[in-house]
Amino acid sequence: MPENGVLSGEFFMNGDEACAEGAISAGCRFFAGYPITPATEIAERMSERLPQVEGVFIQMEDEIASMNAVLGASWAGVKAMTATSGPGFSLMMENLGLGVMLETPCVVVDVQRAGPSTGLPTLVGQGDMMQARWGSHGSYEIIALVPSSPQEIFDLTIIAFNLSEKYRVPVLIMSDEAVGHMSEKVVIRQVAPDDIVSRKKPRVAPEKYQPYKPDKDLVPPMAIAGEGYRFHVTGLTHDEKGYPAMTAEAQDKLVRRLVDKIRLNKKAIIRYEEISTEDAEVIVFAYGITARIARRAVQQAREEGIRAGLLRPITIWPFPEERVRELAKQVKAFVVPEINYGQIVFEVERCAAGKAKTILLPHMGGAVHLPQTILEAIREAVQ
Amino acid sequence: MVTVANKPIDSYLRVDRMPHIWCAGCGIGLATSCFIRGIERAGLDLDKTALVSGIGCTGRVAGYVKLDSFHTTHGRALPFATGLKLGNPELNVVVFSGDGDLAAIGGNHLIHSARRNIDMTVICINNFNYGMTGGQMGPTTPLEARSTTSPYGNFEYPFNLPSLVAASGATYVARWTVLHLRQLERSIAEALVKPGFSFIEVLSPCPTVYGRMNKRARGLDEMHYYQEKSVIRNGADPKEADIVLDGPIVVGKFIDIKRPTLWDYRRKVLDKALAKKKPQAEKGAAASHEQ
Repeated sequence: MPENGVLSGEFFMNGDEACAEGAISAGCRFFAGYPITPATEIAERMSERLPQVEGVFIQMEDEIASMNAVLGASWAGVKAMTATSGPGFSLMMENLGLGVMLETPCVVVDVQRAGPSTGLPTLVGQGDMMQARWGSHGSYEIIALVPSSPQEIFDLTIIAFNLSEKYRVPVLIMSDEAVGHMSEKVVIRQVAPDDIVSRKKPRVAPEKYQPYKPDKDLVPPMAIAGEGYRFHVTGLTHDEKGYPAMTAEAQDKLVRRLVDKIRLNKKAIIRYEEISTEDAEVIVFAYGITARIARRAVQQAREEGIRAGLLRPITIWPFPEERVRELAKQVKAFVVPEINYGQIVFEVERCAAGKAKTILLPHMGGAVHLPQTILEAIREAVQ
Repeated sequence: MVTVANKPIDSYLRVDRMPHIWCAGCGIGLATSCFIRGIERAGLDLDKTALVSGIGCTGRVAGYVKLDSFHTTHGRALPFATGLKLGNPELNVVVFSGDGDLAAIGGNHLIHSARRNIDMTVICINNFNYGMTGGQMGPTTPLEARSTTSPYGNFEYPFNLPSLVAASGATYVARWTVLHLRQLERSIAEALVKPGFSFIEVLSPCPTVYGRMNKRARGLDEMHYYQEKSVIRNGADPKEADIVLDGPIVVGKFIDIKRPTLWDYRRKVLDKALAKKKPQAEKGAAASHEQ
């Protein structure tokens, strides 16, 4: 263990543990959570690791409290995270919206299991993908990342913190039970200070500071409690001073900015991986654990002489719509396997806009797709 | 607006937000003044003091007091404040909210915050109903009192808040009415510097709805009721301080005990555990923290 408590080197660990280590490498020093399968290992690891790096772990009375404690800690100036699964993710939704409204940097991990309701607590699902986009009430934009391996969740957790600090928005990591509980080699690299992003601080004296006066990038600098700014923030619609403003005009100005600060920066936010897409006539669009299975199916299809490719979104929200639009002009069909009864497929279909077929390959959860199932869908798609 | 320019508490208020939203005869403004004088009396550093409110009439206090102030969601002031305090233990954290916010939708957070004995001060305005939404019954509405959702009279037993938080582990518990301005101010000042979870219930008129539906249509009527029926009993067992409709009101400082706070206990346990894991040479130095 190095002096500062931050690990580096090669480890064999599961996705949940890698997520916790990614958070610590990113500078996260506060975790509030509530036990829930299959995300519990993140809380357990944080309860052990945070005190070693002068951080604070607290187990709250429920996920509603966890989400709020994370927001409070962020306003005290600490990088903060929580982790949960479907039922807890549902409980967090209201205050995820508070995080959006107060523009509070924080990271929320959802290790998805199969629902609805209690569903299959120990088994895989990908049924919270639309909830990630629309789960809290009102109009807003959010950033959500989808890891497909323990190594990737380590890397994406660092990116998630950086994005949340840069855009002052909660960032979601939409993991799944398979990625969370799969153990693999994880390389924990030392993160250079330059690779860590922290929120912009106010550049004016306290009496001139307006908490919601944005810079040109539409993101306002953020004061924290205890620095003498004596600011006010509210979940009500507010003006640049942070004061409640109960008019349609104030609502228009605020909500437009909350959405646009993400939409107008989406080129910088969106990430995806492509395999063999250059000449593809059929593309599998798959994310999370399902992308790893799809990769095998694409390989097998290529061996059979089918020009198949894989488009793997790493950022699911904002959706990589431009890339799907471009590829729709080139391919006959998109095959969309997902462990739900059709969620992200509608986004693909929307962007394909009738230029290419969109074929849903649903799995109700509890297990992953077989490569064979995806391969057969690829074969049919090129008929 | 000119008239407010010279009042001594102006420097603590966001005067650019006046007039406030509270009705004539409401007691929240009185309690807010007591809070400000309590801060002054306790000598807190205003730059290191944060105020967190939930939703409702009392939830609006955070918007009027010139501190780092957070108007959060309904019921969630306490867990938000918990994160704030643990994120920066140097902050004085105050939660100022209403009975419906803290004891109904936020009831779970209330008992758990008291159980942890996290170092913060909670001021709970109890006006026996949901004022902002138009006078519905709540978890503190006395039996048989009328409200817009108990039009025939309330048939649910109410919480006795001092008893609830005392049983949950709070180290300072008091109840006053907005008639007891001096006592309330003193109590707030004490609670602000008291380590651990401090809870002050403040009974306050809601003439617009609760009062009107229960034969006390003016704020003054409720104040007369407080004057006639309040009994100061410092040190009383909070279990014996139930409130019944039109009945006597036991007020006073009920609980003032010492118990290590969440942060103190955390420090003690972690210092001990982490010192064991350190190499022998460092152990001596680390062990001395335990004293």
